[in-house]
Order: sequence, then structure tokens, then C-alpha cells
Amino acid sequence: MVETGHFALILAFALSLVQSLVPLYGAYKGDTRLMAVGGPVTVTGFALIALSFAALTMAYVQSDFSVANVWENSHSLQPLIYKFTGTWGNHEGSMLLWVLILSFFGALVAAFGSNLPATLRANVLAVQGWIGTAFLLFILITSNPFARLVPAPIEGKDLNPILQDIGLAVHPPLLYLGYVGFSVCFSFAVAALIEGRIDAAWARWVRPWTLAAWVFLTGGIAMGSYWAYYELGWGGFWFWDPVENASFMPWLAGTALLHSAIVMEKRSALKIWTLLLAILTFSLSLLGTFLVRSGVLTSVHSFASDPSRGVFILCILTLFIGGSLALFAFRASQLAAGGIFHPISREGALVLNNLFLTTATATVLIGTLYPLVVEALFGDKISVGEPFFNLTFGPLMIPLLVVVPFGPLLAWKRGDVFAVAQRLMFAFGAALLAVLVTYLFIDGASVFAALGAGLSAWLVLGALTDLALKAGIGNVAPRMALRRFVGLPRSVFGTAIAHLGLGLTLLGIVGVLSFEKEAILVMKPGQVVEISDYRLRFDGLTPVRGPNFTEDQGHFSLLGINGQPSDVIMSSKRFYPVRQMPTTEAGIKTMWLSQLYISLGDEAGDGSVVVRVWWKPLVTLIWGGSLVMMLGGFVSLLDRRLRVGAPARRKSAAKPAAVTP
Amino acid sequence: MTRKQKRLSVIAGALAFLGAATALTFYALGQKASYFYMPADLQTATLQPGQRIRLGGLVENGSILRGQGTQVEFGVTDSEKTVKVRYTGILPDLFREGQGVITEGSFGPDGEFIADSVLAKHDENYMPKEVADSLKAKGVWQETTQ
Repeated sequence: MVETGHFALILAFALSLVQSLVPLYGAYKGDTRLMAVGGPVTVTGFALIALSFAALTMAYVQSDFSVANVWENSHSLQPLIYKFTGTWGNHEGSMLLWVLILSFFGALVAAFGSNLPATLRANVLAVQGWIGTAFLLFILITSNPFARLVPAPIEGKDLNPILQDIGLAVHPPLLYLGYVGFSVCFSFAVAALIEGRIDAAWARWVRPWTLAAWVFLTGGIAMGSYWAYYELGWGGFWFWDPVENASFMPWLAGTALLHSAIVMEKRSALKIWTLLLAILTFSLSLLGTFLVRSGVLTSVHSFASDPSRGVFILCILTLFIGGSLALFAFRASQLAAGGIFHPISREGALVLNNLFLTTATATVLIGTLYPLVVEALFGDKISVGEPFFNLTFGPLMIPLLVVVPFGPLLAWKRGDVFAVAQRLMFAFGAALLAVLVTYLFIDGASVFAALGAGLSAWLVLGALTDLALKAGIGNVAPRMALRRFVGLPRSVFGTAIAHLGLGLTLLGIVGVLSFEKEAILVMKPGQVVEISDYRLRFDGLTPVRGPNFTEDQGHFSLLGINGQPSDVIMSSKRFYPVRQMPTTEAGIKTMWLSQLYISLGDEAGDGSVVVRVWWKPLVTLIWGGSLVMMLGGFVSLLDRRLRVGAPARRKSAAKPAAVTP
Repeated sequence: MTRKQKRLSVIAGALAFLGAATALTFYALGQKASYFYMPADLQTATLQPGQRIRLGGLVENGSILRGQGTQVEFGVTDSEKTVKVRYTGILPDLFREGQGVITEGSFGPDGEFIADSVLAKHDENYMPKEVADSLKAKGVWQETTQ
């Protein structure tokens, strides 16, 4: 089975060469038969890579330690779920997952792209083929997951304990669906450059792919953040770690792309810019892959590193980013420029969005790469962390968030800021109220908290105002308003929901940053600690033996008003003997939107233990808001206009009267 | 305003914005980036009082002293020089004697390094990359096998 997997991967590589060249040549010559080769070859390639991935998964599930990769990252005592997820908890397996998802997207384009012009489809598939070829070659030459060990060891070296978590089952696949999903936008952009033609229809084809990739990337980042929050035991949700930044940059650029594609589709403007953004977004995904996979950074993501891999990915990176940008420079002047427009308008607001988001992307990029550059040039080792990003990223985001509610309410072509401001009076008043309430009743010491709460309220209510106004609530009879509300295009709902989610995430961040309470102390059994309004009693440690670890479970009781325990929380320290590694399993109790978080430190000997307790108000909103953003993207995907198979029916689709505000 | 003037003012506005963002970024890089030192490097380094740095090295064997509550003191060494580090809080899971760590903080008035964070991020050999590179450069690195 393992050799079958390896063989399938080599076959997939051969097919991807065909996919890279034949459709391209066909499109160049106008030969429909050659162009038609693209579809079946892409789908077959996907099937082969899926087979290869299945073979590796089987080796993991069956603990076949004759495979070097399985031996290094698995253990027969591991729970089945972690044997399974261990498939991508290592360098080779995660690259195979990367390629699997790439070919999956290629197959989707092949399957749902029947309404695309034949040459565009052929070129898109060919570009997907180039990316596939490069990464398959990378796997086959430097990172073969199927290498055998002779003689086969009896027992494996275990998966890195902090990766033995359900978060790992979900985070990488979601993240890759996002990262790699942007490859489709990239391929569309390069195909358009090859053809030298780009129009509003192009944006309509690209937008659903951008949206889908964005939804997955949002989920992947949020999941990774939550995983780090509970698994590392530090209680933080974002560390501005280079690896986090590596996934955040494509997200920022992808968000900008999402918005500029709207302008291109609706107004046929910003064409060249949108094209460039599509290229840049995937380039940032590739850069992220390089940063994480090459071992230039140390983190939980950089598994055993090997310099030849770094150089290889760097070559791929240079080839694709350099090549596509060169093609862009060469061809962009030949593309028909889009129309110009009035700065105060919906499209103007979207340009402002793009200006802020791309600048923010650039600051994150500089902060992430600066230490690498300084070390390469001067040999100085520096680190750029939270203080830098607070000073640069923060000031860029705040004005952007302030103008978010204006965007969807401005008319296309020529908007009226004052009219929109008037309509937002209610949201503004309520936000002001939120500022005052926070300032006067919750915490007068922190102006930041008050303004942050106000900004969150502004975003949430602004999104709701948008929906209410477009449905005409208050202007027309309730029955009519309800009908109009139901009939609103899905993309209008999508926008409002996503912006609302943004407000919720912001509220979570503000809540934690301003109102978090922390206590670090040595606790003896029976001792009580008070935090916020809660009283927590330490009941002692019990040693427990797990399948492939031993742990000391710390038991805590949450005391009610009468001093009786009303709930129990368990936090533990685990020790994985195979890797000689301890991990912290935080004890988390969710109360409404807030959480009580307990992590254990060292034992002091007499049964007492160092305990760190946090009260984290509204913290769940950080990830809950991300889920809402994902929902917004998903609802927007359901819009008839954007449905991948439906552009042709666009004109005949009955449009409700409420489209223009 | 004519059409041309309007367009120019929009472009000027965007450029001013980008200029401000660039200036802010470079200011922040100058102010907020923290340098990494090994204990022996500190002899030649000129530090402002209270300047934040990252101090890396190995936790000196037998140097871990637990004080009141969660206070702890330990020596960070690069086998040439040792710096005493004081820290209050929970040490990371992978903190142990003879292992590579990075501490972040600043020097106190009494010459002790007061850390507000201790990292023991690691590769396979429990060694932060910066520490491993510096030890290799000093020739005191020993390849360890697990």
C-alpha cells in the first residue's frame, strides 16, 4: 500500500506536467481537443494524490513503523484519532495535504468550470498544473513521506505531544483550504494576463473562489488561535508570532481582494489592481508556506528542518512570485484600464478599504521579515513583537473599523456622506452610549476599553442598520418590510453578517485586553483564591495514567455563595515519556461569553502547586465573531449571482426592488 | 475643482497616508525591536538603562533558586559568562537545567536581569534557534542525540 502511494504520487507528478503544458499549448493554438485535455487530467491527478494521501493515512492508522515518517511521528499507544491526524502533524505529511488540497481545487475548477470560456479554463488549469508540478517535485525530491526503514523499528517516536489535540485535527486542513484556495485566484489572474484580456465577468468567476478561500482561512486562523490559547497554557489568543503572521498576511490581502473584486464586478473599475491583489494574495500564501516549512523560524510548526528544503521552497517562491509579477509588469499596460469614479461613493469606500488593508499587510510583512533581513545582513539577532504591531497595525485598523458601517450604505458612483451619516445616527448614538456606560459604570480607568466597546457597538449596530434600511423597516409597512427583508440578495446579508462578526471579535479582544484578571500563586489543597467575583478552591492533585502519557490532575471547585462547591474544573500537567515532554492542559470553564482559565505550574513538594488563574471576560467572542464572519462569507457564497454554476442565468433572475438603497 | 484637480488631490491624499504609515513603521522598528544577546555579548554592548532586550543561553546547572511564592532566580550562561535572572510567574513546560532559554526583560539597578517572559521554544534538541546558532558560533555546541 505504501509503495502504491509513492507510485501514485509519481504518476500524479507526470500528469501534472501534462496539465501544465497541453492545455496551455491548446489555448495558444486554439485547438479545442488539446484544451479539453486539461479537465480529465486534473481530475485524475486529484484522484491519484488522494490515493497517495490515503496510503499514508493507512500507514499511520496501522502504525506501520517501517515507514520512516510514521516511525518519527507516531506511536502504537497513541489514541486512534491522533494516529489519524498525525498524518499531517509533520513536515512531509502536511506538504502532501497541501498538494492534495491544491489538486482538489484544480479538480473543482475542472468540474464546475464548464461555463468558463474554453481558453480561460484551459489556461487556469495549466497554471494550477505549474503550482502542482513544483510542489509535487518538492515532495518527491526533498520530503518523501513514503521512505522505508530497514530494519523496521518496533516502536515509534510519538507525535509531538502538543500536537496531540483535537485542534490539530481541524486547524491545518482548514488553514490549507484557505491558503491554497487562493491559488485559484492566482491562476485566474495569470491566465487573464496570458490572454491579455480581463473584464467584469472575470471578477464574477473569481469572487466565489476568493470568498470560499477566505471563509476557510478565517476558520483556520481562528482555530489555530483557539488551539494556542488552550493548549500552550499561556492564555493568550494572539502572539504576533511570525508563523501566525504568515497566515494573517494572506488573510488581510484576501480580504482586500474580496472587496476590490466587488468594485471590478459591479463597476468594471480597479481591474488591474484586482489582478495584482490576486497575485499578491497567493504570493503571501507561498511566502507563508516558505516561512513555516523551511525552518528559518522556530515554532511548533517547524518540524525537523533540512536546509535543502528551505532552498527548494525559496526557488519555488522566487519563480512564482517573480514570474507572475514580471508577467504582470509586461502585460498590465495592455489590459484595458477600468473606469474612474468619484471618491465619495461605494467604490471609493472600497478603495479606502483596500488602501488600509494592503498597508496593514505591508506593516505585518515588514515586521515579520525585518528580523530575518537584519540577521542576514548584519548578523544581529533581533525580535519584533507585540509592541511593534501595536504601534503600527493598531493605528491602521482603527480608522478602517470606524468607516466600515459607511461603506455598504454609500451609493455606487456618487454617494452622499452626510445622508449616510444621518441614517447611521441611531447606531452612532448607541455606540456613544456604550462608551459612556463602559466608562461610567464598568471601568473609568481605561479610556481604551470605553472607546473599544463603543467601536464594537458601532460595527455591530452599523451592520444591523444596513439590513434594516435596505429592508425599509420603519419606512414601509411591516409586512412589506418583511417581504423586502427576505428578498434581499444573499450578498447583502453576507456583508452585514461578516461586518457584525468583525464587531463581535473586536468586542472579545477589547474585553480580554481591558478587563482580564490574573492571579499567580502557590496553592495548598483546601486553599481558596478569589478572582473577579468567583471563589475557587484547590482540592489537590491526583496522578492519572493515560494511554501514552501520565498526568497530574489538579482539581478545583468553584464555590457558590454559600461556600458549597457549585462546579468543578480540572486542569492538568501531562508528561509524555516517549518524547520526555511535559505539556499543560488548561482547565477552562465557560460562563456565558467569558471563561475562567486555570493552568498549573511546578509542584512545590508538599502537595502545593503553582497555579495561574485568569478571568477572561468575553473571550469566546474572539472566536465566535470569527465564526460569524465565516457565516457571512458562506451566506454571500449562496448569492445566486455568485453561484459558481449560475453566472449565465444572472439576467433572468428576478431581482427584488430593494437592491438599490 | 476640475476633474484633474480632484484626481490629484485623491492621489496626494493616498500618498500622504502611505508616507505616514511608512514613517510610523520605521519609527516603530527603531523603537520596538528588541535585540538578542548572549551573556558574553553584554560586555561589549551599550545598553540604555531599562532598555528591553532578549537574553538567551543555557540554564546554568544547579542555579535554580525558588523564592517567595512564584518568584524564581536562575543563571543564564553561555559557558563564558553567566547572568542572574529574576522572574516571577510560571516557568514554561520545557524549562529545565542545562536547557536553552530566551528571557525577555531589562536589567534592574542591582545588575540583575529582570525578565517578564521566559521562552523555552525549542527544536528537537530543546534549543531555541538563536541560542543554538550563538553556541555554534562560539564553538561550545555539542550535537546531542536523543
